[in-house]
Amino acid sequence: MSIFEAILLTVITASTPLVIAALGELVAERSGVLNLGVEGMMIMGAVAAFASAQISGSPYIGLLGGIVAGALFSLLFGFLTLTLVANQVATGLALTILGLGVSGMLGEGYVGVPGVRLAPIVIPYLSDIPLIGSVLFRQDLTFYLSLALLFGVSWFLFRSRTGLKLRAIGDSHGSAHALGIRVIRTRYLAVMFGGACAGLAGAQLSLVYTPQWVENMSSGRGWITLALVVFASWRPWRVFAGGYLFGAVTILQLHAQAFGVGIPAQFLSMLPYAATIVVLVIISHNRRTTLINTPASLGKPFVPER
Amino acid sequence: MKKLAFAFAASAAAVLSVGSSAQAADKTKVCFVYVGSHTDGGYSQAHDLGRQQIQKEFGDKIDTPYLENVPEGPDAERAIERLARSGCKLIFTTSFGFMDATVKVAAKFPNVKFEHGTGYKSGPNLATYNSRFYEGRYILGQIAAKTSKNHGAAYIASFPIPEVVMGINAFEQGARSIDPDFKLKVIWVNTWFDPGKEADAAKAMVDQGVDVLTQHTDTTAPMQVAEERGIHAFGQASDMIAAGPKAQLTAIVDTWGNYYSKRVHALLDGTWKSEQSWDGLKDGILKMADYTNMPDDVKKMAQDTEAKIKSGELHPFTGPINKQDGTPWLKAGEKADDGTLLGMNFYVEGVDDKLPK
Repeated sequence: MSIFEAILLTVITASTPLVIAALGELVAERSGVLNLGVEGMMIMGAVAAFASAQISGSPYIGLLGGIVAGALFSLLFGFLTLTLVANQVATGLALTILGLGVSGMLGEGYVGVPGVRLAPIVIPYLSDIPLIGSVLFRQDLTFYLSLALLFGVSWFLFRSRTGLKLRAIGDSHGSAHALGIRVIRTRYLAVMFGGACAGLAGAQLSLVYTPQWVENMSSGRGWITLALVVFASWRPWRVFAGGYLFGAVTILQLHAQAFGVGIPAQFLSMLPYAATIVVLVIISHNRRTTLINTPASLGKPFVPER
Repeated sequence: MKKLAFAFAASAAAVLSVGSSAQAADKTKVCFVYVGSHTDGGYSQAHDLGRQQIQKEFGDKIDTPYLENVPEGPDAERAIERLARSGCKLIFTTSFGFMDATVKVAAKFPNVKFEHGTGYKSGPNLATYNSRFYEGRYILGQIAAKTSKNHGAAYIASFPIPEVVMGINAFEQGARSIDPDFKLKVIWVNTWFDPGKEADAAKAMVDQGVDVLTQHTDTTAPMQVAEERGIHAFGQASDMIAAGPKAQLTAIVDTWGNYYSKRVHALLDGTWKSEQSWDGLKDGILKMADYTNMPDDVKKMAQDTEAKIKSGELHPFTGPINKQDGTPWLKAGEKADDGTLLGMNFYVEGVDDKLPK
């Protein structure tokens, strides 16, 4: 295996959770709901995935457990902000704190327990192609799911009728409501989709990235996803590119340190953040298109008139 | 944003754990602040084992609330102050980065006793305590030099503070005592606790051909990578054999319990004084985990070195030692003094890295 190939594989593992969680959050935000609880949903997904994989012995049940946990946890957020019309920012922050705490409690018995790794799926013939084979066709399910999500979310938002309605709600929930679109129901579904994706991202952390459970193991990745969505101006391909850029620079700076390039380590550690923001801001510099893509009702409460 | 959330989390955690133990007014409160989670499998867990030991020993006499996942920096000050206000009589702040926060809070609460782990600033009511980790790391270096097939190892490091730099130097000294050509690569991850990033760093080093890993970060992620990739690694702070049954050569195990017990005795007797304690292998504040996955002669060598350090026959920093750039630091036979070690801001010869300033 060449060093280039090795680096690519590490980058994919590092970027996949960011991309998955960010695509989920993107759909929720496109519907006008700002859920700052990604970190909390992710860590709940991580602990649930680890626990269900341990109990069942199957990492696939683990993945499912992570997805379900993330979705259920986001339902709590949905109930508070959509039904009870609580402040979305405060509720999202609370969700993160709650998630970090609850996951720590639930996972206490799993600390130090060797994890179950989600094995790669080897696609026959295609995986034998040099370089591309091992990078694209010998990956675990979460990588394939991240690609499916990328295509699925892009198609859904911009090519499907339901996606159009969802974006309409995000832009002006009042008008959408007047047109007879069911604002609250759609938002519930969007929030749960975001939760499921965050849960899946968490499952990737505890089943693929580092197959173990440690409290707080998401270490701020949920917050990075939130930033990715905004800096990518709510567009799926840019979120994907941003996630991979962040992952790539993170890994490359580690290699650069080991090669001894003579650049201060603190500067290198800052690079992933700086590079991702700069690149995404540059590709989103057109104010008009950015404005069009920003959900105008983002974070605003919706109370239907009766 | 991340900081903000952790601040919220820290304050929320403070309210919860302090609140839950407030009813026991007649017990002496001995409080702890951890930088990571009490079950991180590494550094903070080692401190928590110490806490559990004294809780068991003193039983009903003391109460030992703790705050975990407290970020280093301004948030730490708030967390420590909250503990001081809640009636803690003795507060152990266990991470280097809590130093300035502890100094500030200690000045505000002259009647509360503070002990800061691994730092160098003290005061009338602020003691410091530390462990001579470098003694263990010297042994690791020797084992690495015997184990590595390509005369080198990689050191996953957190922050360029004296404690970490001292560890790197001790490892290299140990390695060079066996193999003068030994090159130590250092990779900085700028975090104590991020399993993903620690694993990424470990993978990067393995991909570059490193066959022995050591770490000064807090989770078992690098050990797990070593196990998967079939190389060797050293555990940090706790015995990490469960994460690397075939990979772990040994581990430096922090055993703070006896020190904590000694200090709580002093507190209850009224004999507590501000001291600067720096114990080592001989005092049992750190132990070496079982020497595993190595040939018998290497094991024998490691045990001999351990015995020599315990008896005082061997000091890991004994001259002649040159600094990284080749300028002399210690003359033949000269031993490094504690002050220089605690403020160490330079590499010794053989470290293959540029020290971040």
